[in-house]
Amino acid sequence: MLTVNGINVYYGAIHAIKDVSFHVGDGEIVTLIGANGAGKTTILHTISGLLRTKTGEIKFLDNPINKVEPHEILKMGIAHVPEGRRIFSQMTVLENLQMGAYTRNNKEETNNMIEMVFEKFPRLKERVNQLAGTMSGGEQQMLAIGRALMSKPKLLLMDEPSMGLAPILVQEIFNIIQEINAAGTTILLVEQNANMALSIANRAYVLETGKVVLEGNAKELLGDENVRKAYLG
Amino acid sequence: MTFLQQLINGIHVGSIYALIALGYTMVYGIIKLINFAHGDIIMMGAYITFVSLIMFNVPIWMAVIIAILICLISGILIERIAYKPLRNAPRISARITAIGVSLFIENLFFKIFGGNPRPFPVLIDPTPISLGSLQISMVTIVTIVVSILLMIALDLFVKKTKTGKAMRAVSEDHGAAQLMGINVNTTISITFAIGSMLAAVGGILYSTAYPQIDPFMGMMPGLKAFVAAVLGGIGIIPGAMLGGFIMGIAESFTKGYISSQLADAVVFGILILVLSLKPSGIFGKNVKEKV
Ligand SMILES: Nc1ncnc2c1ncn2[C@@H]1O[C@H](COP(=O)(O)OP(=O)(O)OP(=O)(O)O)[C@@H](O)[C@H]1O
Ligand SMILES: [Mg+2]
Repeated sequence: MLTVNGINVYYGAIHAIKDVSFHVGDGEIVTLIGANGAGKTTILHTISGLLRTKTGEIKFLDNPINKVEPHEILKMGIAHVPEGRRIFSQMTVLENLQMGAYTRNNKEETNNMIEMVFEKFPRLKERVNQLAGTMSGGEQQMLAIGRALMSKPKLLLMDEPSMGLAPILVQEIFNIIQEINAAGTTILLVEQNANMALSIANRAYVLETGKVVLEGNAKELLGDENVRKAYLG
Repeated sequence: MTFLQQLINGIHVGSIYALIALGYTMVYGIIKLINFAHGDIIMMGAYITFVSLIMFNVPIWMAVIIAILICLISGILIERIAYKPLRNAPRISARITAIGVSLFIENLFFKIFGGNPRPFPVLIDPTPISLGSLQISMVTIVTIVVSILLMIALDLFVKKTKTGKAMRAVSEDHGAAQLMGINVNTTISITFAIGSMLAAVGGILYSTAYPQIDPFMGMMPGLKAFVAAVLGGIGIIPGAMLGGFIMGIAESFTKGYISSQLADAVVFGILILVLSLKPSGIFGKNVKEKV
């Protein structure tokens, strides 16, 4: 579904991503793990088109997307739950969800999707007209996920969805990720919580200072002595 | 003159300041830039109306539409040519460019039309109608009604329509808006188009109230409208509206009760006072900077 082939990404003179290659197959949950500053967010931003590759190629459903505008990439079927949630805090819960369906012009379909998001996250329904910025961190994360689902993505990019949440909420969010995947959406998950991520993923890539240093079956990595020492504490 | 009379005069100019202030505030909201060229759109609106009426003898309604359209297109072009290439440059570059654009437009019109003030044609009968001791002209009524209708329309547009919501989303977070599939460039262009359209109307109404135009005429109402936007809380639409009315009413009362010479001083004095009490403006939230 997604193939990343030898990409290099720079911030000015800083070489943030070095020759990274990986792929995500249809229906999979693939996770990118790595320490702070390893380049996980940079990779997701590059896939979404917010950052550009200097060299290398990204293909989605066999089409190169590394020169496509971000709003076109969304239309092709890639949605993104960004790091730090980045919900529209001055807009209501409902308006945030409507923004998620911005590229869809069918009002009825949008309303059905909103109902579906509310079924998944009943807490959002209770707060439908609340300003998003006044919600708790967990609720905001649910909104960020719900908003991304509104475009009915084929591939969902998730950047540290468990960040800053209490353990019980982390478990809830990971259950939801599995549900979304079971319903047919492919997932590329970035996490610092490697334990949780590996436990739900099919495959994983380990990133260190902009390079892929290890890849493999998630369960095997979870059992790997070196990985345990380096990333799982 | 009576209190009520001063109040009506204040609302008259205030509604013009409010219309112009909206353009400053919307543009600031979406790209965090004080568009110094905005005041010159006021002047362009007045000149294009003047030229259409005097040189091409078109009907008034058509002159107004032509002026609005040309200002709208100019607003879009200014952003595309001068500001868009600097979107990721340091703030100061765009600020200096905005001053440059303003000087360019003023001098272009100076070159074409010369510096002599010209009388602006009569669009609306200025004879005052007496209501008891009150004197109200059709100019005042039309200005206030048109301004308020435009403000209501803008408010509904921003709150209810998909494009209006996209404008708010882009104002909050360009990146997140792009991740929603919003075309940020188009949304910014629409913002400039709306702001310039309101400034064109503001310019025509202003010239109807003070019927003399020159290439630098946009500076003073532009500056006052900018102050109005800051007063209300820059980036906040209802703030610009309220700020505009406050400026107009304060100016009118100072002229009526203290002295005409002091009017501008008082108006800027209010700005300093409000900002020292509440630096983010009347409706401004003291938001913490995102880290
Ligand atoms: N806007 C930027 N300008 C310059 N350098 C940047 C910028 N954003 C990120 N970097 C650098 O690129 C590298 C990768 O950053 P990135 O945010 O992708 O890491 P990450 O793996 O997502 O980290 P975290 O787990 O802390 O979110 C880091 O060294 C970072 O300092
Ligand atoms: Mg990150």
